[in-house]
Amino acid sequence: MSLFENRSIRISGGILLTVAACALAGPWISPHDYLTTDFNRQLLSPTMTGGQIFGTDDLGRDLFVRTMLGIRVTLLVAIVASLVSLVIGVAYGAIAGFVGGRVDAVMMRFVDTLYALPFIFFVILLMVAFERNFLLIFVAIGAVNWLDMARIVRGQTLSLREREFVDAARLTGVSTARILLRHIAPNLIGIVVVYVTLTIPQAILVESFLSFLGLGIQEPQTSLGALVDAGVNQMEGAPWALLIPAGLLALILLCFNFLGDGLRDFFDVRHTN
Amino acid sequence: MLRALGAIPTLLLVIVLAFLMVHAAPGGPFDYERVLPADVEANIARAYNLDEPLPKQLLRYLAGLAQGDLGPSYRYRDHTVSELIGAAFPLSLKLGAMAMALAIIVGAGAGTLAALRQGTYLDRVVMAFSMTGISIPVFVVAPVLVLFLAVKLPWLPAGWSSSSGVSRMVLPVVTLALPQIAYIARLTRASMIDVLGRDFIRTARAQGLGTWTVVRLHALKPAMLPVLSYMGPAIAAILTGSVVVEEIFGIPGLGQFFVRGALNRDYTLVLGIVVFYATLIVSLNLIVDILYGAIDPRVRYR
Repeated sequence: MSLFENRSIRISGGILLTVAACALAGPWISPHDYLTTDFNRQLLSPTMTGGQIFGTDDLGRDLFVRTMLGIRVTLLVAIVASLVSLVIGVAYGAIAGFVGGRVDAVMMRFVDTLYALPFIFFVILLMVAFERNFLLIFVAIGAVNWLDMARIVRGQTLSLREREFVDAARLTGVSTARILLRHIAPNLIGIVVVYVTLTIPQAILVESFLSFLGLGIQEPQTSLGALVDAGVNQMEGAPWALLIPAGLLALILLCFNFLGDGLRDFFDVRHTN
Repeated sequence: MLRALGAIPTLLLVIVLAFLMVHAAPGGPFDYERVLPADVEANIARAYNLDEPLPKQLLRYLAGLAQGDLGPSYRYRDHTVSELIGAAFPLSLKLGAMAMALAIIVGAGAGTLAALRQGTYLDRVVMAFSMTGISIPVFVVAPVLVLFLAVKLPWLPAGWSSSSGVSRMVLPVVTLALPQIAYIARLTRASMIDVLGRDFIRTARAQGLGTWTVVRLHALKPAMLPVLSYMGPAIAAILTGSVVVEEIFGIPGLGQFFVRGALNRDYTLVLGIVVFYATLIVSLNLIVDILYGAIDPRVRYR
């Protein structure tokens, strides 16, 4: 079966690609930029004239361009953070699963312990302690989201470890590191792809949560969370400033969740175990 | 009992980690735009024991903690962190408990209904709502609800004015509960479908019991086990959500203090609240575990 026969993959994937394409091309096509303030054009409602299709914010900045930049930042943070969590999670899970025994027990007990912690508060603590820098947001979010990945990869590795091709590799004298890298890792790809897709919306949530509270992306840079926050302050006079970024954020999150579900059906994770 | 002992190292880890994080921060809590004379700075540092070596400070903090003392707030000069938490937490607790109750009742109800009418229009509506509720974050739902139900249609108060009585609780509690309703509905539906397919349910039906009697007497308890084990994450999610909800609705609860503390770089307050939340979550998780054993005897013998 082709990947695109699955309806939820097709539709949500299509929407996400469209949104991403708009976010990339939009600011480039629009005659406005995200920085220029214009005090004669504050809080304009969306209009076709002059290409200000999303209106302007309280400083007269073009909201279309800002929203598109916000999507870029949101997606970028989410993808990079997911990659961070992927690297940590896969490495941790693969080692625990492959080594097994007491090491595995201790490593997994540690993961269980971390599960019990209120992570988001730690991220906030981190943001307070070390200024609000862009790089830290990636690392903080990635460091929060690797637990699920580690568990799943560990489960998969445990079962792969017992397979004949691993025995064969070991018998021919291949080193442990090489077995992990060349023989175990490729077999983890399907499952990892599914869980990365499901990690991305979680990362988006954390980033926009932080930005909403004013602890994430700082002005004049913006993200969807920061735009929603700004929209809240203007919602009586300019509801579009809230509804447009809020709607887009919801749409993106929904699509990623549907995409992840679709991919999970496609790879049929439960049956490969 | 063993589990209770297991929670202690977890907590200790949290506290030490949080403490070190705060103290590794570049810049001090008393850095102002205006540079203070060196001797004034030294005095401040001495007053807050910041001149001691880090391990000693940590021990002092832990010793204070054992007596419920979280230290002085760096910004609210006349108050200790414990006082601030004690003043703000009851309101957050009230909100959280109401949201949790609402989430369990509505979520379990909707999930059971969907399971009984599996594949019908009703089932699909519940599941579509549930997917949406899980995906869309509190800080998007809350302002949109305020916009429509408080600003456009003046049905409910948008803020936290004392004149509005109980109605001011409605929007915050509903927003806080919504994602949990969605999740619990999904969980309940899945496990209810699973339980309803078991042999003992068929037996009960064969004895002539009606659908609702079977659900109430036989299916509900086993079907709620996954929901019970979700309580831990749910509590954490509601605490996180309450930070946002309190900020949006202007509720003077602990979440708002936390955000203010974070923005004001009030280290001791933020540290204290993290420690407090962590203790709360770890102990509530423990209670859930114990409850789980009480309801499902199979777990006790594991």
